[in-house]
Amino acid sequence: MHVDHTKNIIEVNSVSFAYASVSVLSDITFAIHAGDYLGIIGPNGSGKTSLLKVMLGLVRAQKGSVTLFGKPIEKYKEWHRIGYVPQKATSFDPLFPATVREIVAMGRYGKRGLFHWLTARDNEVIDRALQEVEMTAFADRLIGDLSGGQQQRVFIARALAGEPDIIFLDEPTVGVDMRTQEEFYALLRRLNQEKGITLVLVSHDIHVISREVTELACINERLVYYGEPRAFIEGDYLNALYGCVNCAHPHKDQNHV
Amino acid sequence: MFDLLQYSFIVRGLEAGVIVALIAPLIGIFLVLRRYALIADTLAHVSLAGVAIGLMLNIHPLVTALGASAVSAVVIEYLRVTKKLYGETALSLFLSGSLAVAVVLIGLAHGFNTDLFSYLFGSIVTVKQHDIYLMVGIALSAGAVLAIFFKEFFAISFDEEAAHVSGIPVRFLNTILVLLAAVVIAIAIPIVGILLISALLIIPVITALQFKKSFLITILLAELFSVVSVIAGIIVSFYLNLSSGGVIVLLLLAFFIIALALRKKKENVPYASLF
Repeated sequence: MHVDHTKNIIEVNSVSFAYASVSVLSDITFAIHAGDYLGIIGPNGSGKTSLLKVMLGLVRAQKGSVTLFGKPIEKYKEWHRIGYVPQKATSFDPLFPATVREIVAMGRYGKRGLFHWLTARDNEVIDRALQEVEMTAFADRLIGDLSGGQQQRVFIARALAGEPDIIFLDEPTVGVDMRTQEEFYALLRRLNQEKGITLVLVSHDIHVISREVTELACINERLVYYGEPRAFIEGDYLNALYGCVNCAHPHKDQNHV
Repeated sequence: MFDLLQYSFIVRGLEAGVIVALIAPLIGIFLVLRRYALIADTLAHVSLAGVAIGLMLNIHPLVTALGASAVSAVVIEYLRVTKKLYGETALSLFLSGSLAVAVVLIGLAHGFNTDLFSYLFGSIVTVKQHDIYLMVGIALSAGAVLAIFFKEFFAISFDEEAAHVSGIPVRFLNTILVLLAAVVIAIAIPIVGILLISALLIIPVITALQFKKSFLITILLAELFSVVSVIAGIIVSFYLNLSSGGVIVLLLLAFFIIALALRKKKENVPYASLF
């Protein structure tokens, strides 16, 4: 699959964001190119989830601007091009009455739009998304009856059902065992390399991330590093960045901002 | 057995009851899943203030109840979204505030009369033929709006943030949902009364949830429990000369307890972990 890696699909320009008067993000500028596999890392409370929310339009930056596919975020309408796998995805009510298939279908709603029911073609896309994450056999199971790793695959399928150009994932492997994590990263790699889907992965687990991603952004209120993961590891950034020592200790900062 | 159908008030009561029984769980399921069930109680109390205003001004009380409930629903939603009030205090504020309005107005009208009592606990005897037309109209409109936005309401109830990112107008639809709750609560008043309305929105839904089925099957189960309870409740209350609203809610509760026990038996877990 040919992807023009020089094309900017998301631009973050001098973005600053504060909760009440506490500065969370300060003067952050970078771009995401088509086909990138970007890891966003940072210590506890560094603002990485806030940055994600700014890029998704869930919160508005007080300063600076965000451009999605060439359009200012305030005017952006083609939200179906953007998939989202939230951090809280695995903390829903276990009794929630929805089957795997019903959950994946939700990912198609944005594309179909208001006042329209899903068509046969939509159902084909939903079937393909289930196949892609190898969850077809679980289609009629209740989402709450699956393991954490399986649920995470379902949420990937939900994102895929919108046929997105880019998928944002917020701490997707929290609470998932090592082997399942490996399978999960293999799935993400395939989506990025074979399907050309741009990925943005927020995580605290620097060792896994730096092995998987093609671009790395380290956030600690400011953009501390942006570039290839290898240069980040080889450089003295981890030590230089006081807070980012935490990055080396996964599972310690799950309650980050 | 069907001699009771010779009484026109029972026929009207059953008609009104089935209309309300069909529409209430459809709204209720989205309120329950969004952990917003308490708004049903608040809007019911606001409806009481509306009824009191209607009785004072000699306007049809269902109309004033509808107006008061709808306006309050929009204001409560605004307060919730803009976080002007902490957590669920907006609900408490409207619940107690509207009750205060109702009590004062009732005092001005020289105390309780039988009319008001029937609004509190429901009385199918008070349902007039033109009420049925009003209820059918409102229930069909509410049903149509639900059908139009059904997939969006479903997505929002599962994950509001993800729904927002996928381009669904979450804030607009949340306001529509509380408005639907407001109108359904207002038309349910004659059947179960203001103090018992939330039971009709909530209990059939939590009963259906115990069966752990897909969303569509859960809705159908909730409709079944709701309709059976309302019809059986009206018939039983007629023969035993009991309050119809009270009997309906007790039947709903009985179904819930049976469903809970069935789930416990199937999953073999302690009761405490079922909730």
